[in-house]
Amino acid sequence: MAQAKSQQANTQQAKTQFGYRRHPDQDRSGRSPAEHAVVVVGAGPVGLSLAIDLAQRGQRVVLLDDADRIGEGSRAICFSKRSLEYWDRLGVGDRMVEKGVVWSVGRIFHGDSQLYQFNLLPEDGHKRPAFINLQQYYAEAYLVDRINDLPEIDLRWRNKVTALEQRNDSVALTIETPEGAYRVHAQYVIACDGARSTLRQMVGADFAGQVFEDQFLIADVKMTAEFPTERWFWFDPPFHAGRSALLHRQPDDIWRIDLQLNRYADPVVEKKPENVRPRIARMLGHDNFEFEWISLYKFQCRRMDRFIHGRVLFAGDSAHQVSPFGARGANSGLEDAENLAWKLDRVLRGASPTRLLESYHVERSKAADENIRESTRSTDFMAPNTSQEARLRKAVLSLAKETEFGKRMVNGGRLSVPCSYDTPLSSPDVDAWRGGPQPGCSMLDAPIAADVGGQAYLTDAFREGGTEFTLLSFRNGAAIETLDGVKDIRIGAGGLADPASLVARRYDAEPGSTYLLRPDGYVAARFRHPTRAGLSAALSRAQGLN
Amino acid sequence: MPLSTTSNFARPDDAFRAIVEAHRGLTDEQSADVDAALVLILANHIGDIDLLREAIALAKRRMIDGQQQQQQQQ
Repeated sequence: MAQAKSQQANTQQAKTQFGYRRHPDQDRSGRSPAEHAVVVVGAGPVGLSLAIDLAQRGQRVVLLDDADRIGEGSRAICFSKRSLEYWDRLGVGDRMVEKGVVWSVGRIFHGDSQLYQFNLLPEDGHKRPAFINLQQYYAEAYLVDRINDLPEIDLRWRNKVTALEQRNDSVALTIETPEGAYRVHAQYVIACDGARSTLRQMVGADFAGQVFEDQFLIADVKMTAEFPTERWFWFDPPFHAGRSALLHRQPDDIWRIDLQLNRYADPVVEKKPENVRPRIARMLGHDNFEFEWISLYKFQCRRMDRFIHGRVLFAGDSAHQVSPFGARGANSGLEDAENLAWKLDRVLRGASPTRLLESYHVERSKAADENIRESTRSTDFMAPNTSQEARLRKAVLSLAKETEFGKRMVNGGRLSVPCSYDTPLSSPDVDAWRGGPQPGCSMLDAPIAADVGGQAYLTDAFREGGTEFTLLSFRNGAAIETLDGVKDIRIGAGGLADPASLVARRYDAEPGSTYLLRPDGYVAARFRHPTRAGLSAALSRAQGLN
Repeated sequence: MPLSTTSNFARPDDAFRAIVEAHRGLTDEQSADVDAALVLILANHIGDIDLLREAIALAKRRMIDGQQQQQQQQ
């Protein structure tokens, strides 16, 4: 798909080329293949992150990828606050944020006038920004660097799964390499092999959904420009009449441009640089840029019916696919990884029954539905399907000029926020709460001290020493009994400071209030007046023990 | 609150007239544009998704059971 690449891209590729290496597993006879606990297939952001998470929990992981380098080109660029908090836990958050371009403001234009602007993180007191933009190849390179520090992970390039057989107690994989094929057995296989997943075909699962007819041209251009670091979206801009356009900044003076084309556009003609250049020159008002990447897409929104097929579990694009307007692809895949890693670890250790894994399907397939719904709505708004849809959109855009409700109906992409889970792992509230994250919702960050030992945010305290089940409690002087294997974070009186009172406010806390957090940072239960029996029951439930 | 289908205007003819007059002198295309905006404005004013869905269902019954209703009335 690559049409034009600059020096920059070539340098990046060379830097992230990995060699195939023979592994002793390949010397074993076909009758006694190596036995592994977990094989992760696909070394993209999801597979890499999942492998790191499992390794940090003490699991040995074999990670296979059929390529020998990090994929170039224009793929994910927007990584959410939630993803950055996850990457903090995986030890790569700082690098991502240092390289990435931080943003939180978006503007929507209609014609040549601004309709409105939004700020995705309008409040202070969070360690991480709403989003960073970062080329996926940087994210992958940093994750691979981290993996090189983790002896638990055995990353095998140019290892392509060509056959899969589900057995009672394991999965048998046949793996093709430059030196021929070999077999391994794994207790669990996690398929993170992308939207065109071969493992999905091997288990015979379908991938149903909607294909959008309109085509979009995606170009990454290199230029020095004075545009602010904001997401700019146009409906019917003067430089691209009747269609939509998106401009977004990435590191290294690269800018992502999405241009909606008509559904009958000829991809071969449209993506020729000599045809793309005038469009973009009209958009930018100058011709002083180089192409990094040009491609043409038709977007699809689809998902697997079940994310679990026997001992093969699907995560990321292999399980669900969305259009890019909303940054819900890679970010939702990372949420899959953080949801799955702790559950799989517990099952492999025998700490929880296998059925805990079913909650991965329950929680993440619901999240996929939400992401698909949001993404479909955005794409439909950008490319109305009927003349009446177009008429309603026209009405919304014109009402947006003079009414607040109109602005709120304009849909230029609703950006990814963590899903809330309606899940059997949650214990419903028994007390009265006026706010704070409900069971099934993601924990909220807040400053906990000015700067004590580098620990300045609640997410740091949560991460410290490994992410396990955690009791977040607000002191009232009375001793709260600890639970076995559960970490304690205490706020106030002898515990961590709440200098701006933001922890208490964001958690609607009163003295004694206690939250039980899962290892992925989701709230499992909360109590105004916790008892040991109540906490134990909530913990058992969240661990899939009853 | 369920959708109100009792008459809410003191002078219903005035309301009907106001809507009719809004379309005076407009082409069909312009009329459709005005209607689309009007629907969105009124929907937001109601601000209740269940009520809106009920209103949509009532409106769409004209298309779906139009014939059936006519038969029943006869």
